[in-house]
Amino acid sequence: MNSPPIRETDLHAYVDGQLDASRRAEVEAYLAEHPAAFEQVQHFREQIQGIHREYDDVLNEPIPLRLSQVSHRRSWPHGLAAGIAWLACGAAAGWFAHATVQPQNISVSPSAFARDALAAHILFVGEKRHAVEVPAEQEAHLIAWLSRRLDTPIQAPDLHGQGFSLLGGRLLPGGDAPLAQLMYESKIGERLTLTVKHAAQRTDQTGFEILEKNGISVFYWIDQRYGYALSGNIDKPRLLSVAQAVEIQLKRR
Amino acid sequence: MSDFAQDLTLQIPRLRRYARALTHDSAWADDLVQDTMERALGRRWLFRADSNLIAWLFTMLHRLYLNDVSSHRMARAVSEDSAPELASSGDMATQLDLRRALAQLNPEHRAVIVLIGLEQLSYKEAATILDVPIGTVMSRLMRGREKLRALLSGETEGLAAAATPFLTRIK
Repeated sequence: MNSPPIRETDLHAYVDGQLDASRRAEVEAYLAEHPAAFEQVQHFREQIQGIHREYDDVLNEPIPLRLSQVSHRRSWPHGLAAGIAWLACGAAAGWFAHATVQPQNISVSPSAFARDALAAHILFVGEKRHAVEVPAEQEAHLIAWLSRRLDTPIQAPDLHGQGFSLLGGRLLPGGDAPLAQLMYESKIGERLTLTVKHAAQRTDQTGFEILEKNGISVFYWIDQRYGYALSGNIDKPRLLSVAQAVEIQLKRR
Repeated sequence: MSDFAQDLTLQIPRLRRYARALTHDSAWADDLVQDTMERALGRRWLFRADSNLIAWLFTMLHRLYLNDVSSHRMARAVSEDSAPELASSGDMATQLDLRRALAQLNPEHRAVIVLIGLEQLSYKEAATILDVPIGTVMSRLMRGREKLRALLSGETEGLAAAATPFLTRIK
């Protein structure tokens, strides 16, 4: 079998992780025999790493108020337009009222929290190189940092018994308070995120509730001043057993 | 907040990173992010729920950026003050070189390098966002990276001259 010769485009696609496994192996074999190409690949990798060093900190900067307020400020023309679109889609008139009369305040309801957790899960779980801000190797630092930012002690449950190890964590903007996201990964690459929120007010305890969207399930519950949401696209009984393990460990706190 | 507005809020950090990398100017970058978000909210019914939100937002942000560039906002000098703090002082010189080299790339090369290297998009996604064929993405990527390489190794002669005409060529 004759495969096409390795060209410059292949070297870039190799660096960018955009080759399939067989072509990748061919490029690797080529690089082993061509030091100049290997050096070029190394240089491009350094460029990419340098660009990450230059701009990744932006992800962790506090979001300026003028930006975080944009999505809360539902100006009338937008709401009206959205409402008209709903009607055009044949949605019931009740929806129109619901969509436009809905209060503007930032909801702190458990389901809103679960939706935040789900959206954040979707956003970061697919990241190859930047799934977490602080990796699990620096667990002590991670926990101290998240605890400081959430203004309360945070714990990372040990889920090895359930087949998941801690990958690391990150801080997320929440409606009224920051959220901590801890990411876990199984040996075969399945990822779960545990999102933790700390509320100033003690809230009524809830049992496990479930939210599902696009094949991803979120189990969420409230324990005193803490909200927890465990998200993943593993099957529900398995996710539930992990959620139970998390709850038991955190209750011992 | 609606689901859409929440999803949008969660994308703010990535939009800011992309805009900062394009403009290298934090105030300009946040203006672009704000305009993008407002535009996205205004056109939310055009967004298909099963498609990629960040790619849709990057597309809008990139168009706004090109508008700014063509309306001479580009004339603003790259502000060293607005650049993010360096994580470690050991790599200070290398990082400063990289920053200067990036600033010398033309907007087209810079956008491709940022979308693929920093934002980890596929070549196909980048082609959609930039509204060019995938082959153009590849050639801009190769030329952009070679230019960066030349700039970083000090071969600046001729390259600066080659990059400048682009600023006036943008439609």
